[in-house]
Amino acid sequence: MPGEEIGLRNQLRARWRAQPQERRWAVTVTLQVLLAILFFFMDHALGYATLVIAALLWLRKLSDLQRLVVELVLVAALAYPQPSLAIALAIVFAVFWMPSSYRRWLLPLAALLTAVAYPFFFDRMFTIPVFGPFPDIATGVYMVVFIMMAVGLNMVVGYAGLLDLGYVAFYATGAYTTAWFASLQFPHRTIHFGAIGLFPSNLPGIHITIWLLLPLAGIFTALCGILIGLPTLRLRGDYLAIVTLGFGEILPQVAKNGQSLFGFNLTNGPNGITPLDSPGFGNHLSSWTGGFLPSNYLTCCKAHLLGHAVTSADVFFWTALLLLIFTVFCSIRLRDSRLGRAWVAIREDETAAAAMGIPLMRTKTWAYASGAFFGGLAGAYYAAFKSATFPGDFFFNISVFILCMVILGGMGNIWGVMIGAAFLAYLNQEGLANTGAWINTNIHFFGHHPNIDVPLYASGIYGAIILIVMLFRPEGLLPSRRVAAELHEGVHDEPLYDATHAG
Amino acid sequence: MTDNDNVLVAAGLRKEFGGLVAVNNVDFAVPRGKVVSLIGPNGAGKTTFFNMLTGVYKPTAGTVTFLGEDVTGKPPHAITARGVGRTFQNIRLFQNMTALENVLVGMHARLKANMFASILRTPGVKREETQARERARELLSFCSLTRPDEAARNLPYGDQRRLEVARALATEPTLLLLDEPTAGMNPGESADFTGFVGRLRDEQKLTVLMIEHDMRVVMGISDRVSVLDYGEKIAEGTPREVQQHERVIEAYLGKAAVEDMKRQGLA
Repeated sequence: MPGEEIGLRNQLRARWRAQPQERRWAVTVTLQVLLAILFFFMDHALGYATLVIAALLWLRKLSDLQRLVVELVLVAALAYPQPSLAIALAIVFAVFWMPSSYRRWLLPLAALLTAVAYPFFFDRMFTIPVFGPFPDIATGVYMVVFIMMAVGLNMVVGYAGLLDLGYVAFYATGAYTTAWFASLQFPHRTIHFGAIGLFPSNLPGIHITIWLLLPLAGIFTALCGILIGLPTLRLRGDYLAIVTLGFGEILPQVAKNGQSLFGFNLTNGPNGITPLDSPGFGNHLSSWTGGFLPSNYLTCCKAHLLGHAVTSADVFFWTALLLLIFTVFCSIRLRDSRLGRAWVAIREDETAAAAMGIPLMRTKTWAYASGAFFGGLAGAYYAAFKSATFPGDFFFNISVFILCMVILGGMGNIWGVMIGAAFLAYLNQEGLANTGAWINTNIHFFGHHPNIDVPLYASGIYGAIILIVMLFRPEGLLPSRRVAAELHEGVHDEPLYDATHAG
Repeated sequence: MTDNDNVLVAAGLRKEFGGLVAVNNVDFAVPRGKVVSLIGPNGAGKTTFFNMLTGVYKPTAGTVTFLGEDVTGKPPHAITARGVGRTFQNIRLFQNMTALENVLVGMHARLKANMFASILRTPGVKREETQARERARELLSFCSLTRPDEAARNLPYGDQRRLEVARALATEPTLLLLDEPTAGMNPGESADFTGFVGRLRDEQKLTVLMIEHDMRVVMGISDRVSVLDYGEKIAEGTPREVQQHERVIEAYLGKAAVEDMKRQGLA
C-alpha cells in the first residue's frame, strides 16, 4: 500500500509485511513454540491446545489439495484411538470445505444441534485448561436467556443505533409480569387460567399458564417500551443514553420500594416474589404424549432419553433454545425488511432518513418496542426458571453487562452478538469462579498461593475486556460489515475523485 | 398563470433564527414541468428556504402549498410522502449501505410491508420486495450507476451525487429539489449533469427546483430563475431577464461595480 502508514499498529504491520517470507515464518514458528512451552509449564493441556491452534493456523496457508490430504491423514490417524474426536474433526473440516452459501446456514445449524445435544454429553467432556469443566445445564439456561436479551438489545443499539443504557428495565418488566400472574402475590383474588400442572389445583392468587404469560409479558414490555420511548426518543445520542439510564434506575427502585404503593403490595419490596409457578403441560397432555411433554418442569422428569436421565434443567434449557430460535428468526427477518433498512438509515443519518420519507419517531419506537419485547420475553422466562424475582437482579450493572455482550460480539451482527453474550454470560456464571480456582491452585508467588476471589472483580474484568476489544478490534469479534466500515473510516481514505470518471 | 399550474407555492415565507432574519417574506411558485433555479450569493438564505419547503425547518411565518394542500410545518417524512424528493448540499448518503440499499430506503414511503408481515414474510411482502429491488436497479441504471452492491462510501464523487438523485427519485416525487447538485464537479461532469436534469424534465415529466452556483448550468437548463439576496427575493424571470437585472448584478458584484459599469456605459 503506497503512502504514509498512520498509527503505530499500521506502521508495525507494514514493516512486518516488508520482511521476506522465510523470516516471517521462522519468527512465527519460534514464537508459537515458545508460547506452547510456556503454557505447557503452566498446564499440560494448555500447551497442547496452543500447538493445535498453531497447527490449524498453518493449515490455512496450504493450498486446497494439500489441506485435503493433511485433513484426511489427521482424521484417519485419530479414527482408531478416538473415533468420536475423529468424527467431530471430520465434521469441522467438512463445514469449512462447504461453499460459503451453504456454510452460512450450516454453521448456525451445527451450533444449534450441538446445543440441543449438550445435556447428553456435557458431563463426559474433558476439562478445559484454566476454565475448568464445561458449564452445566443451569448455566446453559442462564446463557441462553442472556443471549436472547443481547439479541434484543442489538436491535435497538446495533440496528437502529439508539444507545439504551436501561435495558434492564425491560428485563425487570418481563420478570415481574410472570411474578404477578403466576404466583401467590395477590392471594385475595383466585384466578386460574390454563395453569395446568399446578399442585394443588386450588392454590390462591392469580395463576395463568406460563405459555400464555410469555407472549403477554413480551407485549406488555413492548407497550412499556413505547411509553418510555415516546417522550425520550426525540432526543439524540448522549441525551437519549442518559434518559434511558434514568429509567433503568427508576424501575428497580420502584420494585424495591413497591411493597406499599398507596397501601398496595405490588412487588413485595426487597424480599421479591417467590415462588413462581413453573411451566408445564399438565397430566393430560403429558400422558397423551407418552411423557414426552413434562407435566410440570420443576418436578420433571422420569423419562430416560438415549440412556440419559432427563433433568428439570434440561427441559428448561431446551425450551429456552426454542425461544432463542424464535428471537433470532424475528431479528433476522426484521433486519432484512423495509423496517430494518429504515433503522440502519436512521443510524447512519437521521436528517437524510427523514427526507427519504422515514417517520423518525414511529420507526425508532418500533425498534425500541421490538427490543423491549424480547427483553421482556427473556425476563419472563428466566423468572419462571428461577421461580423468583428480586429487585436486586435488575440493577444498572446488568444493563451494562448486556451492552458489553453486544459490543464484544460485534454490534449489528447477530451471530457475533450471540457469541459475545454466550461467553460473557458463561464467565459471569461459572468461568470466573473456575478461573479463580485455577489461579489459586496453580500460580505461586514465592511459594504462596495468591487466594484471589476472582468473581469479586467481575466488573473490572469485563471493563478490561471491553477496553481491550475497543483498542484492538473496535468492531467486535464478529462484526457486521457496516459497523466495521464505520469504525475504520480513518484508515481507508474515501476516494474523492475517480480517474476513470474524469470528463 | 393559475394556481393549478403551480406544483408548489410559497407565500410570505419567513424564517428567523433568534434575531437574524434568514428568509424574509418570500413569495415563490414552481410551475409544473419546469426547471426552476434558485440562485444568490453565499448566505442569501437559499438552503434555509429549501429546508422550509421540505419540513426540516418550521417557517416563522407564511405558508407552503404543495399540489393545492397546505403543508406548512409538516414533518419532512410527510412532505416526502406527498411527493417532494430532495438531495443535499453536502452529500448525505447512507455511507455504509450499498447503492441498492440506499435506493431501497428511498422507497420507504412507497412500500407497505409492516413489521409482522415482514417477520412472516407473507407472499405480498415477498412480491413487493422483489419488485422494489427490480425498480431500484432500473433507477440505478437510469442514473448511469453500474455498481449496485458497492457501499456508497466507496463510490467516486460524481457517482455519489447521482446516487443521491437516484435515491430521491425512488421516493417517486412530483417535485425534485436539488441543493447545489454540481458542487465539486468539473466542467465536463457539470455539462453531463445539465443534460441529465433535462432528461428528468422531458422524459420523467418531473418538476425540478434547484439551488445552483454554476451559471453555465443555471443558464443552460432553467426555465425560470429566482434570485435571493439577504433573505429577500430580488428578481425573478427567464435566465436572460435575470442576467440583465440590475439588482442581481449588484448582489453578485457589489454596488460600486454596477456604478462603475454604468459610467462606462456597459449596463
